[in-house]
Amino acid sequence: MLVSKLKFIAFGSVAMLAAGLAPGPQAFAGKGDDTLTYAVQLELESLDAYFNTSRPGLILSRSIWDQLLYRDPKTGAYLPALAESFTWVDAVTIDMTLRRGIAFHNGEAFDADDVVYTLNWVSDPANKVKNQRNVNWIKNVEKTGDFSVRIHLKDPFPAALEFLAGPLPIYPNEYYAKVGPDGMSRMPIGTGPYKVEKADPTTGTVVMVRNENYFPASPRGKPKIGRLVHKTITDKDTIVAELISGGIDWAWKISPDQVANIGALPHLSVIGGETMRIAYLGMDAAGRSGDGPLKDARVRQAIAHAINRQSIVDNLMSEGSRVVHAVCFPSQFGCTDDVTKYGYDPAKARALLAEAGYPKGISLTLDAYRNRDLAEAMLADLAAVGIKTSLNYTKYAATRDKVRAGKSQMYFMTWGSYSVHDVSAITSHFFKLSDDDTAKDTQVSAWLEEGDTSPTPSVRLSAYAKALKRIAEQAYWLPLWSYSYFYAFSKDLDFVPSADEIPRFYSSRWK
Amino acid sequence: MGYFLKRLGLALLVALVVSVISFGALRISGDIATAIAGEGASSEDIEFTRKQHGLDRPLPIQYLDWLSHALQGDLGTSLYFRVPVAELIGDRLPISLALGCLALIFAVSLAVPLGVVAALKPNSIVDRLALWLAVVGQAMPTFWFALLMIVVFGAWLRWLPISGNESWKNFIMPAIALGYYATPAIMRLTRAGMIEVLGLDYIRTARAMGLRSGTVLFKHALRNAVIPVVSLTAVQFGFMLGGSIVIESIFSLHGAGHLAWISISRSDLPVVQGVVLVLALIYILLTLLADLLNAWLDPRLRIE
Repeated sequence: MLVSKLKFIAFGSVAMLAAGLAPGPQAFAGKGDDTLTYAVQLELESLDAYFNTSRPGLILSRSIWDQLLYRDPKTGAYLPALAESFTWVDAVTIDMTLRRGIAFHNGEAFDADDVVYTLNWVSDPANKVKNQRNVNWIKNVEKTGDFSVRIHLKDPFPAALEFLAGPLPIYPNEYYAKVGPDGMSRMPIGTGPYKVEKADPTTGTVVMVRNENYFPASPRGKPKIGRLVHKTITDKDTIVAELISGGIDWAWKISPDQVANIGALPHLSVIGGETMRIAYLGMDAAGRSGDGPLKDARVRQAIAHAINRQSIVDNLMSEGSRVVHAVCFPSQFGCTDDVTKYGYDPAKARALLAEAGYPKGISLTLDAYRNRDLAEAMLADLAAVGIKTSLNYTKYAATRDKVRAGKSQMYFMTWGSYSVHDVSAITSHFFKLSDDDTAKDTQVSAWLEEGDTSPTPSVRLSAYAKALKRIAEQAYWLPLWSYSYFYAFSKDLDFVPSADEIPRFYSSRWK
Repeated sequence: MGYFLKRLGLALLVALVVSVISFGALRISGDIATAIAGEGASSEDIEFTRKQHGLDRPLPIQYLDWLSHALQGDLGTSLYFRVPVAELIGDRLPISLALGCLALIFAVSLAVPLGVVAALKPNSIVDRLALWLAVVGQAMPTFWFALLMIVVFGAWLRWLPISGNESWKNFIMPAIALGYYATPAIMRLTRAGMIEVLGLDYIRTARAMGLRSGTVLFKHALRNAVIPVVSLTAVQFGFMLGGSIVIESIFSLHGAGHLAWISISRSDLPVVQGVVLVLALIYILLTLLADLLNAWLDPRLRIE
């Protein structure tokens, strides 16, 4: 930890030096050879999209594969993609007519067999795809014609379209049956706007070339840039150095401290953009970690009043972040801001603590795995009202496992909803009595179940609203803020960020 | 032959102890069944996984089972990458070895001549300069030096690539950063060894017999002076392999050190265990080779 802090200080200094000394822009490789090189920090566990839970894997999958539907990031509408049209037959059945004349990168023709094979294979628990939540609503898929399929759902699941437009790419059945997940990881084959030319797991580099035969009717449009290079650089300071030197053309999650220096360079642009990722403070309301003070709603509400979220957002977060009040991202279907809002009010926090029988304050432990500075800012606010909190800062998996095991009193975590624009991807995930649910409120769970399964949008909205209001009123979680990222990229590049944390390189172009 | 067998037996014993420690330490540090069962696994799933992988058996039995597989080159499967650990290490180790070798070549080719020159004229300006270089190398944190090089040669002058391991050029800055840290120790040992040897009678005799100074220096003095340097170099190479994590991370070289680091953070225990074992075995092998080389350079060691 000390080393990384020292590195941060060291790099901050040398980056400033470099920004000052860097000569004018040279002929950068990106536009010159029509190659967009982008860098991500996390190594890919697998290139098979169904065996990868990381964000870089999700980004990559959108370039290589298509889904049956496509969600327009501007309007939110579900547009036909590999499917030409779809119809809800009833609450548990969707009929889809598929597009003709599409070929996979290996020449295999796309038809109903590919859809049937892919969705049946990934929804079979025996095949153990990584994100079971993405597929466990599918009962089975049957072929109704060479270019038509029927999808049977286990239960009514209105968010099915969101999933069909998101984390469910369609694979070539013959190729996948032959090579399996391992082979797909070594050489991914899809119908998408880019085809993989070379995948090197050793360096975490994937070289993709434009799919010249990409189907013209695709809502993604024909890709404009000739080559994409996905590069894994695990050190964020090295990413900045590569940006400065022109070794890469695009990077994100730039530290706010470095924005001014990078933005001052003549060959780079920096823009900020809000994402769907929200942070939250979870509390052990069910008392699984012991008979602690957090079982009392007044204590949880005191915590909510004690933390100055707006000040943290204003002073420590990137531009574009905002305080959130409900346990969802505002643009998700079913999310409402019409819930109890806890303003910063230390006096009220102290009064609530006294009312709960803790006039002299309490001692708690906070588990966290990221944004130590933000966690420490919250700790200072809590200390000011008499809540002495010790920070247990570990790795993500350790924090998550501790929460699931019911051993965490209070935890600071984040959730990006897998870019699914539906409350079922966040609120239902955390408040339906699973191991992730630290409130165990059966009424909330029932409302969420109603929202998740009703085919009527108005019923869904009403059920979700009731659940969200109750969660806020009881302060089971304190929703904190949305995350905003800074994107830095070549001035030659026309790039537009989107809130779902998926950079759409196939829509980008050189100026 | 006796000396060789004795050293080999000792090395095998150390390797066995290392395997026991790496197996035991990692089993104690976390529940491997929970890690294999993965995210969201229920208690039943975890118990099933425990039985399926034989993790409910006594530790000594598990160790023997693991050792017999390891001896056949089977180090298990990565929980994160879902590929055999041996394959993963096989992919990454050449990068770490290349980096270590280049760093060592840089360190030795800088340190030994500097040490010799410094020893020839102790307390002269050359000696002071060499000492200054050594102090700087030891005092400056590796990551700082690496970042300075990135800024100057990567971002500013744009002479060298900053990250990746696509070409030999990618290894220049990492090798210098890693090698420079080892330079002072080798340089000082060479200097001390040379000063001691140059003062011995046989060197004076050699000079009195009219041998050329180059012959005296390199054929007679250096050969004896470098004996401790050989051991130190082997040890430094071991440190470089294990200690290249920071450098591999900064320059985005996807080597074995970096693999171990990310595997620790992901609780990918089979990979951590595999990397620890392989690096330890290399270290033991290097030490054995250094012992044998020393014995070849100095026959008195063989008699002992």
